[in-house]
Amino acid sequence: MAKDEFKEFKLVGTRPDRPDGLDKVTGRARYGADISAPGMLWAAVLRSPHAHARIVRIDTSKAEALTGVKAVITRADFPTGLTGEDWNLQENTMAGERALYDGHAVAAVAATSKLRAEEAVRLIEVEYEVLPHVIDVDDAIKPDAPVIREGAADATVPEGMPPNVVRYMEFGRGDVEAGFAEADLVMEKTYKTEATHQGYIEPHACMGQLGADGKGEMWVCTQGQWFIRKMCTAVLGLETSQLRVTPSEIGGGFGGKTTIFMEPLSLALSKKAGGKPVKLVMSRSDVLRATGPTASASMDVKIGMKKDGTITGARAEFRMQGGAFPGSPVDMALYCCFAPYKLKNVEHVGYDVLANRPKCAAYRAPGSPMGAFAVESLLDEMCRELGVDPLDMRLKNAVREGDTASYGPKYGSIGLVETLEATKAHPNLSIPLGPNQGRGIAAGYWFNHNGETSVSLAISEDGTAQVSVGTPDIGGSRASIALMTAETLGIPYEDVRVNVVETGALGVNEPTHGSRATFASGKAAVVAAGHAITEMCRRAANEWGIDPEAVEWVDGAAQPAGDNAGKFPPMTIAEIAGKMGSTGGPISGHHESVPDGVGASFGCHVVDVEVDPETGRTTILRYLVVQDAGRAIHPAYVEGQYQGGAAQGIGWALNEAYIYGEDGRLQNSVFLDYRVPVASDLPMIDTVIVEVPNPGHPYGVRGVGETGITPPLPAIANAIQEATGARLCELPMSPPKVLAAIKAKGG
Amino acid sequence: MRYHTPTTFEDAAQLAAQAKGLTRFLAGGTDVLVQMRAGMVQPDDLIDLKKIAGVAEITATDDGGWRIGVAVPGIALGAHEGLCADWPGVVEGMELVGSTQIQGRATLTGNLCNGSPAADSVPGLVAAGASVEITGPDGTRNVPVEEIPVSPGKTALKAGELISAILLPPRGQNAGDAYLRFIPRTEMDIAVVGSAVSLRLDGDTVTEARVALGAVAPTVKLVPEAAEAIIGTTLDEAALEALAKAASAACSPIDDKRGTVAFRTEVAGVLTKRAALIAKARAKGDTA
Repeated sequence: MAKDEFKEFKLVGTRPDRPDGLDKVTGRARYGADISAPGMLWAAVLRSPHAHARIVRIDTSKAEALTGVKAVITRADFPTGLTGEDWNLQENTMAGERALYDGHAVAAVAATSKLRAEEAVRLIEVEYEVLPHVIDVDDAIKPDAPVIREGAADATVPEGMPPNVVRYMEFGRGDVEAGFAEADLVMEKTYKTEATHQGYIEPHACMGQLGADGKGEMWVCTQGQWFIRKMCTAVLGLETSQLRVTPSEIGGGFGGKTTIFMEPLSLALSKKAGGKPVKLVMSRSDVLRATGPTASASMDVKIGMKKDGTITGARAEFRMQGGAFPGSPVDMALYCCFAPYKLKNVEHVGYDVLANRPKCAAYRAPGSPMGAFAVESLLDEMCRELGVDPLDMRLKNAVREGDTASYGPKYGSIGLVETLEATKAHPNLSIPLGPNQGRGIAAGYWFNHNGETSVSLAISEDGTAQVSVGTPDIGGSRASIALMTAETLGIPYEDVRVNVVETGALGVNEPTHGSRATFASGKAAVVAAGHAITEMCRRAANEWGIDPEAVEWVDGAAQPAGDNAGKFPPMTIAEIAGKMGSTGGPISGHHESVPDGVGASFGCHVVDVEVDPETGRTTILRYLVVQDAGRAIHPAYVEGQYQGGAAQGIGWALNEAYIYGEDGRLQNSVFLDYRVPVASDLPMIDTVIVEVPNPGHPYGVRGVGETGITPPLPAIANAIQEATGARLCELPMSPPKVLAAIKAKGG
Repeated sequence: MRYHTPTTFEDAAQLAAQAKGLTRFLAGGTDVLVQMRAGMVQPDDLIDLKKIAGVAEITATDDGGWRIGVAVPGIALGAHEGLCADWPGVVEGMELVGSTQIQGRATLTGNLCNGSPAADSVPGLVAAGASVEITGPDGTRNVPVEEIPVSPGKTALKAGELISAILLPPRGQNAGDAYLRFIPRTEMDIAVVGSAVSLRLDGDTVTEARVALGAVAPTVKLVPEAAEAIIGTTLDEAALEALAKAASAACSPIDDKRGTVAFRTEVAGVLTKRAALIAKARAKGDTA
């Protein structure tokens, strides 16, 4: 498959307008909440105001009596007997015996209007017995901590651990103590990060319809329609194939829309309301209280380093809470935290902890930013202590092809060294800094996921092509897949239409997650295009009366492969397609697999900040992202991914955080107080696309979507130390904390 | 809910006085409509003031000051040359409220009546010595702006009373004002601390001053001690330090999701120093 010998591409690497662009800028694109149907009802959800409470009694009679109310549901309307993650999903969709976090759904209503549904929700009476709660991950493993759920630990948790520890892991190699003994400097510190939300602009929205016959439909904003299908049917006890799920356009997901939160409620309400479609749209407050942010983390890191910057040993012990259910990304955080470095002696220990918070979901490189914050912060301090240049230290320890990763496997082709060298050569590094300014550098890593992938391609009668993919387009994947398909078929970019299709149209596809859409769906589209090309060559060979093997495909046309094959003028795709009905029927290509050859991506960020010494306020002066893309199919959208990752990381580093009151209620469930960066907070983010092609992809693609959020947390902490002399080990590095740190060091 | 559109303030006051349940006045609507949509407030009577003649106008008063109608949106303040020349600190406070879209609707009067200690336009009005004209069942009266908010979300207005205009005094010569707020971001945020300073110079010496702080007490606060710290000085280093100290000393903030007691207290002093220097530069003719 390797097409690397094609030194010159006609389309790959160009920057055409995205096919969904016009619809999006004119407001014509249909997002989750834009879907409506005749007879549709509106849903509203009653949510727990308590962080932890026993549900003693729910009285829905007044709500049911209200005119216009067509269905009221509680957990009693769901099937029982689920286990494992299916039970977790059901319990998170609708509380059972206990409400486990502020915002946990307790009951839901469908009515003839949104206002009526909301009015009915206010008429539902719930008697709670408020229970002690725990929010902080370190508090949750204290001996006297309230227990979220007895017996929730899986088999990995050794006897005698605190009951809120539900998963435990340790792995590594070598002898870290021997490694520390070899070092000239050993440092150990503890770091904490708060939970942050993906902050996608489009709140969750769906319209579900379910009949008494168990056949249903769902229109939903999601990153993965098959995941929605599988999870909804599991939670509701339906046959998987009987639910058809159609994805809408998606206004951001960043991992947060790879699972379900409220979708089964619309189906359950629909069924109870006689099969009428039920629309459910979350408010921003619902999104922040009751969908999945990432985990909060408490992390100990210990590293040994020689005077020349060589890392001799490294140990990480991470504790993460991912809400009231197992599933914090502590494993991923550990896999990634030392991934850029060649280590003989390394040890990882991880605890997945329960707390009274919403069930965490994936958030762009889940876990990796937290681990990087701890490790890259400590490395920076050690470089300062030893007087070693932070980029030289990273180059000295950088992993290369063939090295064994800190988390076990052997690296194939990777581009960390090239990335660090490109960083070193960038002009931003030689811009002089003024007073109260500082420069910070950090590296980061994320994988590239494969996953179940099914793609169909069909040639239309006019010689254009349509591609059906199952991965919703979050970051420009339709443009990238169209470019690769057009390049392969030898036709113009505009002649390919890529459609994101519903569950009935293809085999199972995993969501757009793990930086996989352009890699996996793109690879499958190229293979499918190859099948169509083979068929078109066969049709030309039939017409010419020569052997199909003697026909080759060049620039969108079949032609005899050399003079011996016969002398015929090239037959174009339009000519072949125009007579497909009489030459054997439709021409298509199909490919399904769990593709191999994933290509991981390393990045390095350099940030310049200025800190107001009197207020602790940090301004980002300039920001540079350097990252290996393998090959950038559509460079503008690769740059967009780099910039987007950096922007989210900057928000996480400086101001974003879940803030809970003493009562365990989330205090900042609106964007006024959940402070994502606004446009004027950020400079234009500089990008450098490093291209070390991934040999596992026909056009060299690596996953690029996630790595960019990994380095900003430590890079900014490192820059703030340079600017102020104060080292921040807890996020967010908000002005009150930075000012306090400046004052604490006597500044 | 009953929706009313009176054409005089007297009628509006009568409607409010006769109303039995929850009453809200509507001008820009950037607080009331949002609160209604969020389910925080369900008024029984909603009295829209925009049909009253003159409510969207800024007019010069006989004494050389300004009268600002209750429905004048923020964006109109910034577009008014006379007002910007006289009271740039008042204008910049209002301009910090919300987004461009919000600026097209939001009003000074609404910002004041919302009763938030963090209201960005209020410290500037207090420092300016602005007053409000109140219309009620018993006629009209004028009250200094600082007497309107009494606690978070509460005002001194009695049942049936409403503000019918904001009145800015004549600016006079050699004077300037400024408002600064602290937010962690650059816009679209709520003040963690706000500070307004208005002063008059004789040469380089401060002869009059008023200082007002926001978001550091249950209401926006006039701080005479801070003004006294700079009157008679040239805003030298010692005077600025005394000003900062007096401003910090006047703070009685809370710890909340937006800031800590220590941070607000400290930064109130920092912002007040900086605002005083801007006000001084403006008094000397610097239009920045």
